[in-house]
Amino acid sequence: MLQKYALEMKNIDKEYFGNKVLKGVDLKVKPGEIHALLGENGAGKSTLMNILFGMPVIHSTGGFSGEVSMDGKKIEIKSPDEAMEKGIGMVHQEFMLVPGFTIAENIKLNREVLKYNPISNAFKKDSLRFLDYKKMNKDARKALDTLGIDIDEWVKVAGLPVGYMQFVEIAREIDKSNVKVLVFDEPTAVLTESEAKTLIKAMKKLAQSGIAILFITHRLDEVMDAADNITILRDGELVATRKKEETNVLEIAELMVGRKVEVTNKAKKEEQESQETIISIKNLNVDMPGEEVKGINLDIKKGEILGIGGLAGQGKIGIANGLMGLYKTTGDIEFKGEKLKLNDTRSVLNKGLAFVSEDRKGVGLLLDSSIQQNIVITAMQIKESFLKKYGIFSQLDKKGIVNHAVSMIKKLDIRCTGPLQATRRLSGGNQQKVCIARALTLEPEVLLVSEPTRGIDIGAKKLVLDLLVQLNDELGMTVVITSSELAELRSISDRIAIIAEGKVEGILKPDASDADFGLMMAGEYNKLRGKEAI
Amino acid sequence: MTESIKTITKKVGLPRLIISSFFVFLIIASIGLGLPLDRTLTNIIRRFGMFGVLVLAMVPAIQCGIGPNFALPLGIICGILGEIISIEFGFVGFTAFIVAILISIPFATIIGVGYGNLLNKIKGSEMLVAAYAALSVVYFMCIMWVTLPFKHPQMIWPIGKGLRVTIALEAFFGYVLNDFADFSIAGVHIPTGLLMFFLLCCFVVWLYTRSKTGMAMKAAGDNPKFALASGINVDRSRIIGTTLSTILGAVGIIVYHQSYGYIQLYDAPQYMGFATVAAVLIGGATARKAKISHVLLGVLLFQGLLAVALPVANEVVKGSNLAEVLRMVIQNGIILYALTQVVGGE
Repeated sequence: MLQKYALEMKNIDKEYFGNKVLKGVDLKVKPGEIHALLGENGAGKSTLMNILFGMPVIHSTGGFSGEVSMDGKKIEIKSPDEAMEKGIGMVHQEFMLVPGFTIAENIKLNREVLKYNPISNAFKKDSLRFLDYKKMNKDARKALDTLGIDIDEWVKVAGLPVGYMQFVEIAREIDKSNVKVLVFDEPTAVLTESEAKTLIKAMKKLAQSGIAILFITHRLDEVMDAADNITILRDGELVATRKKEETNVLEIAELMVGRKVEVTNKAKKEEQESQETIISIKNLNVDMPGEEVKGINLDIKKGEILGIGGLAGQGKIGIANGLMGLYKTTGDIEFKGEKLKLNDTRSVLNKGLAFVSEDRKGVGLLLDSSIQQNIVITAMQIKESFLKKYGIFSQLDKKGIVNHAVSMIKKLDIRCTGPLQATRRLSGGNQQKVCIARALTLEPEVLLVSEPTRGIDIGAKKLVLDLLVQLNDELGMTVVITSSELAELRSISDRIAIIAEGKVEGILKPDASDADFGLMMAGEYNKLRGKEAI
Repeated sequence: MTESIKTITKKVGLPRLIISSFFVFLIIASIGLGLPLDRTLTNIIRRFGMFGVLVLAMVPAIQCGIGPNFALPLGIICGILGEIISIEFGFVGFTAFIVAILISIPFATIIGVGYGNLLNKIKGSEMLVAAYAALSVVYFMCIMWVTLPFKHPQMIWPIGKGLRVTIALEAFFGYVLNDFADFSIAGVHIPTGLLMFFLLCCFVVWLYTRSKTGMAMKAAGDNPKFALASGINVDRSRIIGTTLSTILGAVGIIVYHQSYGYIQLYDAPQYMGFATVAAVLIGGATARKAKISHVLLGVLLFQGLLAVALPVANEVVKGSNLAEVLRMVIQNGIILYALTQVVGGE
């Protein structure tokens, strides 16, 4: 007998500008099932959900191929409105609530229950009807009860604990009478452990009422707790679909990360175990919005390439930004045995650290200035190079600047029309090289590079990575590379620190097993391995 | 042919092209109406030198990231203070002019630093705050002009209290720059000293933008986040830029007054800011980018336009106030146009 699925997505293909992000992905969810969707950042989860919701970004980039059906009937979803009509609901990661409204008002927002009154009757206009608060509160109560939440529906949302806001969001979705499929996009990311437990209980309760639930998360233990089935995506491909009973956390972790690591690895240096520590970080806290660092301890060895990996939002980006003093930072950092002044970019640059920002266009470049100006300006400000001095006055040394820029352009193979070209006109890879050239002009001892290959094409990626290895090899420069792409970290790093929830989850060799990497990225490594140890 | 027109249009910018053609059209019209060309040209050149330094004050302001300095009247008032103190001390001629500048600079520095600090607290709404800062200071000084204890008989009202609304400079330092090494060609008067002084100021500012501090200031204005990551003190750069702009405003008004022949007090400085902003914008600057070349072209077009448009308009519609209306329409129209170009454009 043919099993009827609440939602079935078949053979979904999607490409963005020739870049395939989904390749033949299938997803089947039965009514009353909790189905977990797993994958690293960039695995294609959000794209898949965007397709499901008919987001404009999909249609404005050429649509997708494949089939979506609900209850066995093929459907076409062209807009989020249509998705809603068809009974697909979404619980957002960021709360979309009006703080000044009551819970009931929020739940009923834009779907208010209305009643007739003398004025609307007199003018025979539906738009003059009043809100039926009694009915609205009753509906809201019902939705909250379904979730098993004991909170009054007339309370204002402003000031509610985060966990409750999440429940209000969910209540709003299930109050829509026709909801058949409900998507939870990392619902537990902002919740405390006990709140997350309540949420999962509520999810199970919802599933029992016949709603199909798609559960997107990074927390593997929650998956094992809640899900019936698990689908894992990697690099836009469907890797595996597993029944919960037939798998375990280890296997899932492995499946999420696993990829044949192309060991384009540099000629391995002989193991130098007891190297000198060049930067010692103790209890580092960085207040970078979205990438908070919460107490990191890390030693960076002289002459190594240290990779810093982890999922987005876990704090890996915050480390380099904190070291450079770009966001409010506390903790102890020692550089070559000397205390590093925190929150003082100038002194850090002076000490011999240089930074290539992850935000190339926002922080890394003066887009309307020439390549040569971009390359020399930091060195000019910090080391007073490329300046001619006349007493207290200074003038820039045009000849020196041009010569240096031309040699950098040659050395790093920056494709441009000349040193005077504005950096805005360069391709992503060449812009990145300008950023690196600027950092190198400082002649740093330690080079911090964040997301060096984000948004640049494959050929340029390899060039940039090779360049980092070359700098490390030839000049003995210590390189700290932060990247979301684990494969790239594993191909060039000596050691890789994985950051989870603002802390160092562990440090691995690039050839460590996929499972270990997967567990660490999910923040489960110490929990699991710790248990085994006992 | 169309290709080359397109590239020219792109390089010069459509607004400048239209305004330039209008300018040329007006000059031709003025000849047609029988207005003497030599007088017109004399007027254009004089106004060019007269307004130049004031417009130049916009460059450091825009480059350091505070946008067009609508609060130029702050600098102007410092300049006026310098002038009347210099006169009060009894200086005359070139000395009076130099002393006026020397006295005004410390005032402008203090005011500029203070105002720069204020602007650092309200990043993002500089232009709005600037306009109000200018208004309030201008009117505060209206009280001061009455109460400050100046005694020079040619500056105060013969009866009653306070300084006069306009102070004639004939006896002090009027036209000292204009008449320095001046000459005439075919009836066109060339105020050599005035032009030289303006170009000298441009050169100094140009040198400054190529110094270490100048480069830091430009980077801070261009991309504050970049500047921060390069160890540049963005707030300090903004204060320097604001101060420089205020000082140039002070020097600029002294140059302006000596060429005009009168000091104008009370609410006269109020609209100066708008005229200078309009001039630099007409020259091709935006609220985020400005170069010396924008100043040169902008002053020529804006002031030249006014110099020709006023007599032409008066000739066409006799006995009306059309010229003044036209000036306001052009000036505010340009500002409005330029400000709409700020948002959205990368």
